[in-house]
Amino acid sequence: MQKTLMFAALLLAGSAAFSVSANPYETRLANGLRVIVKEDHRAPTAVHMVWYRAGSMDEKDGYSGVAHMLEHMMFKGTQKVAGGEFSRIVAETGGRDNAFTSHDYTAYFQIVPNTALPQMMALEADRMANLRLTQQDFASELKVVMEERRLRTEDNPQSLVWEMLNGTAWLAHPYRRPVIGWMDDLEHMTWQDARDWYQSWYAPNNAYLLVVGDVDHAKVFSDAARTYGKIKPRALPVRKPQNEPEQTGVKRVAVKAPAKLPYLALAWKVPRLQDVDQDQEPYALSVLAAVLDGNDAARFARRLVREQKIAQSAGAGYEEIVRGESLFVLDGQPAEGRTVAELETALRGELTRIAEEGVAEEELARIKTQLIASQVYKRDSMMAQAMEIGRFEAAGFSWRDYDKVLDKMRAVTAAEVQAVAKKYFGPDSDDRLTIAVLDPQPIDESQPRKKSGGAARHPAQ
Amino acid sequence: MRILFAALACLLSFTAQAGVKIEHWLAPSGARVYFVENHDLPILDVEVDFSAGSAYDPSGKAGLAGLTAALLDAGAGDLDEEAIAAQLVDLGAKLSGVREPDRAGLVLRTLAYPKEREAALALLQLVLTRPSFPENVVTREKARSIAAIQEADTRPDAIAAKRFAAAIYPDHPYGVKATVESVGSLTRDDLTAFYRSHYSARRAVVSIIGDVTRAEAERIAQALTEALPAGQAEQPLPPVSQPTAATIKVAHPAAQSHIHIGLPAVKRGDPDYFPLLVGNYSLGGGGFVSRLMKEVREKRGYAYSVHSYFSPRKLEGPFDIGLQTKREQAEDALKVANDVLAGFLKDGPTKAELAAAKKNLIDGLGLRIDSNAKLLGYLSVIGFFDLPLTYLDDFPASVGAVTAQQVREAFARHVRPEHLMTVIVAAD
Repeated sequence: MQKTLMFAALLLAGSAAFSVSANPYETRLANGLRVIVKEDHRAPTAVHMVWYRAGSMDEKDGYSGVAHMLEHMMFKGTQKVAGGEFSRIVAETGGRDNAFTSHDYTAYFQIVPNTALPQMMALEADRMANLRLTQQDFASELKVVMEERRLRTEDNPQSLVWEMLNGTAWLAHPYRRPVIGWMDDLEHMTWQDARDWYQSWYAPNNAYLLVVGDVDHAKVFSDAARTYGKIKPRALPVRKPQNEPEQTGVKRVAVKAPAKLPYLALAWKVPRLQDVDQDQEPYALSVLAAVLDGNDAARFARRLVREQKIAQSAGAGYEEIVRGESLFVLDGQPAEGRTVAELETALRGELTRIAEEGVAEEELARIKTQLIASQVYKRDSMMAQAMEIGRFEAAGFSWRDYDKVLDKMRAVTAAEVQAVAKKYFGPDSDDRLTIAVLDPQPIDESQPRKKSGGAARHPAQ
Repeated sequence: MRILFAALACLLSFTAQAGVKIEHWLAPSGARVYFVENHDLPILDVEVDFSAGSAYDPSGKAGLAGLTAALLDAGAGDLDEEAIAAQLVDLGAKLSGVREPDRAGLVLRTLAYPKEREAALALLQLVLTRPSFPENVVTREKARSIAAIQEADTRPDAIAAKRFAAAIYPDHPYGVKATVESVGSLTRDDLTAFYRSHYSARRAVVSIIGDVTRAEAERIAQALTEALPAGQAEQPLPPVSQPTAATIKVAHPAAQSHIHIGLPAVKRGDPDYFPLLVGNYSLGGGGFVSRLMKEVREKRGYAYSVHSYFSPRKLEGPFDIGLQTKREQAEDALKVANDVLAGFLKDGPTKAELAAAKKNLIDGLGLRIDSNAKLLGYLSVIGFFDLPLTYLDDFPASVGAVTAQQVREAFARHVRPEHLMTVIVAAD
């Protein structure tokens, strides 16, 4: 979940999982809310989720972090339900609840015994429309979010590198802003900013409801109409494209932070999936990422970590199912006695090698086997099934597309993998590349880092 | 994300549902076997654990148990690590490791179709019974392990966890962690000797869940364990002694102080476990309904994550209150946490808290075992720690019977302030 918040979109490798079972049922309420139900009768559990198509990419400069801040405020009560009551009721059913925010969306879920589902639907529908936002609750929760940022980012050197990588790779595109927000923006955020966000984006016509579990879809549809169906739709703010201008030349940045091992991340701008039927390259890029780092026998682990011992760790990631733009990312830590420069050469060398020599049929077969096995294993988790539907829908696709996407992935040829390796990572690829490096600093135990500027500016907190 | 779940806290939600039929037998090899038959999905999960966790590291060789477990699949029989990795991947199987203070072992998840299943099990058998610990791999993995230790030693969360263990377990293997020097001293002979003495059938517990019959499970368990080394009889771990209360401050430049408060508390199978589990739900185990969360986070905004848990082990496992907070307010946050604990030790849970804790723990039972993967976790713990086979069925009654007085008394016995250690990393 931590990764979901920060940068799952970049880290989850191309080993995307797709459903093979065919039962999701879908309807649309008059107010625009789409309802998707996947029946799974193995255990008397229900996963209930509401996803809003409002993530940090919809924020404006100066307001970074407001999508995530509102996520926190959604637990502070409504006109009918007191603050903390929601979680108390969920706990009383035996269940648990949580929420997560990404660049693309904000999602809320409860995992409960199936008998508690109608109650969850009533509560979630209530806070879709009737949130009670107060200045006092906001001020207290803002401190919590600042602590969250300190925990996840300020004191986490690799997170700092990722923040810098995104902030450097994107000039205009909103993926440049961290989901959790810049500390300075958090310091200047007001409760009205959160309220405005809520009033702008939290509407049934900007959301979808997912239920996976031991439920009857017809009953869920009628309960949804009775609860969510009462909420009025609303005109949504205009979303500007915010397309990234063309990059000319490589971008290199460094981050200094207390650490022992250096860390390196290379990110190339590459196409995302747009047309499930017509696109071809995103599938090939996804397979390329898996050839490099999709399994224990993949090239990075085998060649860079085990054979050549250049890397302490090495990874490859590409997420093609996104609302915004895609990066193809290689990252790693050099092994003891090796330099960042050697690691960079080695990571890029693996791409060059595929561009020149291609991939073996055996490697492709392996990735396809993994895809199929992951389909079976995924059926052991209702949450995993719900997340998959949610992710597709968030990016503007339908759950109906998975099988097609799976077929496309399985049809990728060695020639297609080689072609994308040549096209996107060849000699001209500097025009799409950003490189961020962690420059490890010795720990000065006597000195708190100056970075925790929030404290200095608001000592009274 | 609104809540950061503590991994250890999750281990604690040890629950089950009436109707899960656990079968248990002793394999001819001497290994104990625990089995749940389930044909819903074409999946088979097999976990094999040994009394070979880090608590069994010989003196001065901290890290040996972990490295031995990690390198079981780094070469076995005639296969090198690449062949093993490639064959597993080609079968769609996943092999992962268990490395804990008490136990170490392997978990295999495979498709249950006969061809994939038999081939994956043959590989599991090979790595369990004929690991070769190749010299070059040992050298490489020692270097990676040392680099990881050096890296962890710069991170406030890792430093805090390490110092907390050392503080509450002075002079006990539970408090000893691998160091650059201890890992540096390990040799291939050390690994081989540790394997030969600790990876015996008598020290093994096999947990199986999924799409096989009882007869197949019997055959699988025997095949996996019949060729294990003879091993040595299990030596009891030295007893845990209680530390004398103290506060340890560790300098670090982090923006947040990382704080732990705790002591060695409870063994697996202790009758006080249920009162402690139920009580801790109200103290700091129950997410947003817990006192620590309300006082430290909700009322004061001091922390994003604050929790408490009991993690029972073979011997007294830790009780741990953990939080991170902006270093300038660490003393204030620590005081709030200590006050919450003191209040709970004095008065125990309210009637409403007790009822809420029981309701969540009992009614949430089904959710915590609604997949094979979740159930395997509980099955292997029941087996390894010799808990009653009826543990799952009894759980609602065990939780339901807990009284507020029992909670107070159990906390008074197991959480005594004169032994509470406090560790603050990045303290001002």
